[in-house]
Amino acid sequence: MRDLSMHVLDIAQNSIKAKAKLVAVAFVMDGNGKLVFSVQDDGCGMTPEFLSRVTDPFTTSRTTRKVGLGIPMLKQSAEMCGGDFGIESEVGVGTTIHASFDTRNIDCIPMGDICDSLLTLVMLNPDQPEFLFQATSPTAEASFDTRQLREVLGGVPLNEPDVIAWMKESIEEEFKPILEVS
Amino acid sequence: MKSLAELEAIRAKTLEKVAMRKEGDDAVRIVVGMATCGIAAGARPVMLKFVEEVQKRNLQNVTVSQTGCIGMCRLEPMLDVIMPGKEKVTYVKVNPDMVSRIVAEHIVNGRPVQEYTIGAAEGK
Repeated sequence: MRDLSMHVLDIAQNSIKAKAKLVAVAFVMDGNGKLVFSVQDDGCGMTPEFLSRVTDPFTTSRTTRKVGLGIPMLKQSAEMCGGDFGIESEVGVGTTIHASFDTRNIDCIPMGDICDSLLTLVMLNPDQPEFLFQATSPTAEASFDTRQLREVLGGVPLNEPDVIAWMKESIEEEFKPILEVS
Repeated sequence: MKSLAELEAIRAKTLEKVAMRKEGDDAVRIVVGMATCGIAAGARPVMLKFVEEVQKRNLQNVTVSQTGCIGMCRLEPMLDVIMPGKEKVTYVKVNPDMVSRIVAEHIVNGRPVQEYTIGAAEGK
């Protein structure tokens, strides 16, 4: 993956595949260049046996081929710049995955357009699951919750062009200033 | 979040339009491969470009959606254009610059862009 925004899109897809009702994507910046990215879902979860080999590229739940690179590549991207990677999961409860990055390390991948990835997630999954996006830094915080949007929108779908335009502005306005790493 | 009052105004404006559209069965579907392979190859900007073009041309009957990996990762980013009553057309190695031509020639005028299709790519 060329940048973090691609991991964001990719890892959240796992939660969607796991039939999650709520997918929470969070970014925590500590103000000293450290970024913790996490995705938490209430999807089907994994058995301890599957979980133990999920970072192996030759493990996958898909049937079209025998490799699954999403999780191993995230682990690699995090560890490459001195960050950590972790994953917890329980069948019937859900999965939480988190990766930390030292954004000041020369080997850290670029951030990419994370706002585009968040928007893409909502746009391509307008009916379910619900998404909760959060970003925090020592001085600011941002949040975006599709449940709140749906309440206001009534029957208007989230992939309606005018709604997409609103969401794009909303996400960029709030998340960009926090996610921009200097 | 940005002002929810603005969103309320969008709802009032579009509710009628949405109800009308539901009745049509002439829907065109654009399905983009968004598995790890598709994303890594650059599916996101392609998908966003489609949404932008559809919005720009105000195409009411077109939806953009996603699918997983269909096992031909080397040809990603891939996408299908599915039009009612016609055979599905698969485009491969799509980049954002190819999108406006696919929308204009295929989706609007009904003539697939042969040179971008999987048939052309695999026939070489």
